[in-house]
Amino acid sequence: MKNEILRHVERVVLTLDVNGERHELLVPVHKTLLEVLREDMQLTGTKHGCELGECGTCTVLVDGRPQLSCLLLPIQVQGRAITTIEGLARGSELHPLQVAFAELGAAQCGYCTPGILLAARSLLEENPKPTRDQIREALAGNLCRCTGYTKILQAVELAAGRMT
Amino acid sequence: MRVVGKPLPKVDAATKVTGRAVYADDMLPARTLHCRILRSPHPHARIVSIDTSAARRIPGVVEVITGADLPIKFGILPVTQDERALEHEKVRYVGDPIAAVAATDEEVAAAACDVIEVEYEVLAPVMSVEAALVAPKDERIHDYGGPHNIHKLVALEFGDVDGGFARADSVREDVFFFEGNTHLPMEQHSAIATYVDGRVTLWSSTQVVHYVHRALSKVLELPMHRIRVIGAAHGGGFGGKTDPFAHEIIVAKLAMLTGRPVKCTLTREEVFYAHRGRHPVLMWVKTGVTADGKITAMHFRSALDGGAYGSYGVASTFYTGALQTVTYDIPAYRFEGCRVFTNKPPCGPKRGHGTPQPRFALELHLEKIADDLGLDPVALKRRNFVKPNTRTVNWLRVTSCGLEECTDLVVKASKFHERTRTRGHGMGFAISSYLSGAGTAIYWNDMPHSEVQIKVDRGGVTAYCGAMDIGQGSDSMLATIVAEELGLQPSDIRLVTADTDTTPIDLGSYSSRVTFMAGNAALEAARKMRALLGDAVEASGRKYEDVPFEEATVLAEARFGTLTTAGSYTPPKIAGPYKGSGVGPSPAYSYSACVVDLDAHPRTGLVNVNKVWIAHDVGRAINPLLVEGQVEGSVYMGLGEALMEEQVFRKGLHKWPSMLEYKSPTFLDVPEIETFIVETVDREGPYGAKEAGQGPLLPVPPAVCAAVHDALDVWIDEIPVTPEKVVEALRRKDKGEPPRYGPLRFPLIPYPETIKVDGPDGHQDGTY
Repeated sequence: MKNEILRHVERVVLTLDVNGERHELLVPVHKTLLEVLREDMQLTGTKHGCELGECGTCTVLVDGRPQLSCLLLPIQVQGRAITTIEGLARGSELHPLQVAFAELGAAQCGYCTPGILLAARSLLEENPKPTRDQIREALAGNLCRCTGYTKILQAVELAAGRMT
Repeated sequence: MRVVGKPLPKVDAATKVTGRAVYADDMLPARTLHCRILRSPHPHARIVSIDTSAARRIPGVVEVITGADLPIKFGILPVTQDERALEHEKVRYVGDPIAAVAATDEEVAAAACDVIEVEYEVLAPVMSVEAALVAPKDERIHDYGGPHNIHKLVALEFGDVDGGFARADSVREDVFFFEGNTHLPMEQHSAIATYVDGRVTLWSSTQVVHYVHRALSKVLELPMHRIRVIGAAHGGGFGGKTDPFAHEIIVAKLAMLTGRPVKCTLTREEVFYAHRGRHPVLMWVKTGVTADGKITAMHFRSALDGGAYGSYGVASTFYTGALQTVTYDIPAYRFEGCRVFTNKPPCGPKRGHGTPQPRFALELHLEKIADDLGLDPVALKRRNFVKPNTRTVNWLRVTSCGLEECTDLVVKASKFHERTRTRGHGMGFAISSYLSGAGTAIYWNDMPHSEVQIKVDRGGVTAYCGAMDIGQGSDSMLATIVAEELGLQPSDIRLVTADTDTTPIDLGSYSSRVTFMAGNAALEAARKMRALLGDAVEASGRKYEDVPFEEATVLAEARFGTLTTAGSYTPPKIAGPYKGSGVGPSPAYSYSACVVDLDAHPRTGLVNVNKVWIAHDVGRAINPLLVEGQVEGSVYMGLGEALMEEQVFRKGLHKWPSMLEYKSPTFLDVPEIETFIVETVDREGPYGAKEAGQGPLLPVPPAVCAAVHDALDVWIDEIPVTPEKVVEALRRKDKGEPPRYGPLRFPLIPYPETIKVDGPDGHQDGTY
């Protein structure tokens, strides 16, 4: 491990499709998608809680499915549609999930909120009328320390009701 | 009221749901350097030498500092200034900071830390309360306190305790243990500093901008006016970001040395070492009761495993003995407390600060007394409830008290008394209380604890307050109160908060103080502003209510010039006449009652909570949506502590400094929570409001254990209640041994001579 940094860092040119925009980037090949989004693209809405795939905070959508960006290398997701929290609203118009989370107080400190919103969007696209247990199952990989989850469950249900 | 009491969205909800809120680690000014900290791999060692020369040679490394660069000690309490930002003499836990590197990349900084050579003289670690009470093998952890590794001893007695035991019909003793656990905020601690024109600016994920400001001034030897501390968007605290931290001081120092912005974000592993979480506490309690269950006297002992530094520990120690009397009328009370140093990350304040542990012991102890006497535990507890507008025997002033209403609500809604007892299914009941802000500041002074300024001009209303929104909604509370008084909506109020350059003081988001204190300050400032606006409107021959707000501001600015008002809040001086009386007094106490319904498997010991009913006396819900959020979050955290969370060590090492192995409840683990808000309208709270963020956690762990006993007839006298403990208790029961799992004895502690204090006149008779 020692002096590892002195070795040559290989960089790679990547083309990423993020929130419907194509970006060409030159980044160290070992950087995670989380790091590239936050540090090279300034998309800091994607948060980190552990960087080991334990907490769900860094969840983004890849082709509509929730993925942990801390465990992905960007080279794996070239050519696939990546959605971050910045891409959830349409312009200034919030997604119904965002509206419901705001209305019901489902975001307290707000740090886990981007990841949970994206995981919930993926759920509702697959299953527009989930039961409460199905919501729990879909979001079980995302930790929240503030809310006790109750208001998040209610907000997903409220948004689901409004979207159909 | 127009907006108070309405379930309105938080004023910062849109920034939170769009990912636009800027947390400290989201900031990246041009030329930012990244800082990593080298930490001790040993729990206890003397530092013989530190060689940073190899680190300095790595390309990209801009600066390397050690303890010699930051030798001045600091600490949150004036009496325990025992920490250094970087240690160069001795390390006291695995994770103690030793050196820091600022580099162009985080990876370069980490690699540089790897090549710093530190020579240690390893010392035998002290890893338990028992070990701390005896002579250390090598040397003491600190050179203050004592004997041995004892940090603090307390012994207080109020009223005639021996007389109380003598007139009791029965006396019972029990021993309980509450394991330590940690806050686990989703956001890792992060801070970024700049140094421009001889001034330091620090953005940090902190709950206490003012205390960080003070610590920076002391350690950096800069006057406070040359330091600005700004609370960045906050990703969760729960008490874990209530101390000034090494990394905050380090980035400020590195910014001063390099002239560049310097950022440090802790890794998740480092967050477990930063800790300041729940103290592991061993407790012994003895209570005398009459045959009908009235308490005659209580003697409570606590032993806190404090970890490596003082932190809030002196206050934590007092808190383990302070609030027993705030829920139950205890006519004579003796408290003996002890905190020890061990070679673990320092413990401090976690949600409920020092009171969930004794609450757990007290509630289960009374449960057992009721069991002995053949009484319903709810009835026995009710018989001893404090009454509103009384003084406790340890001089705590109780104003509004909704214990009866809370109890009624949860007992009825849960059908607690109608439950049918079947093996493997149980219900448990418990109550609690918590402060609405500590009545005394961390450092002694006569100044207000919170201040608010309001500016009104033709562009609208801006409120300024040092209060730090950590997600609990303090910004929304401020906006709601100002809006209510001025006849506006919370979204109409612009806020400037938690910035020591531009906002007046607020001591911080701890001890559930913000709504009560900053709320009262906002109320005063807003009422003064309303008076100014009203005077100007009336001078024009009309009424305030009949004039659009914009027109009122034009009339008032034309008449009075710049429109600014201020309000402040200083808690009443209500502490009792004894040393140590500063911990416990609060301008008002919240009250909670809780029923837990669970299944406990008689073979596997697995506990599955089905439902929690919780009623919370918040005085007045300024925003019921946010109050519910605090109550639900508290119940969740209480369930985590009761069932799975534990910060434990093996051979000096944290057993699981990761979010995977440190178990916390997921979406799948949290049951339905039915919340009842009780409004007793406290006479001193803003619109009658009291706290909501901490108190509702407290009854959950004892209610879980009471329910496990209801289900399986075994007592689990220590938390977390893991399946192994339940199975072991069942095995003991089957063998005819005492059907319990828990500590067997309380150690012999050299408590000092008890300070005897007379109870206040008018105790429990309605005068105070």
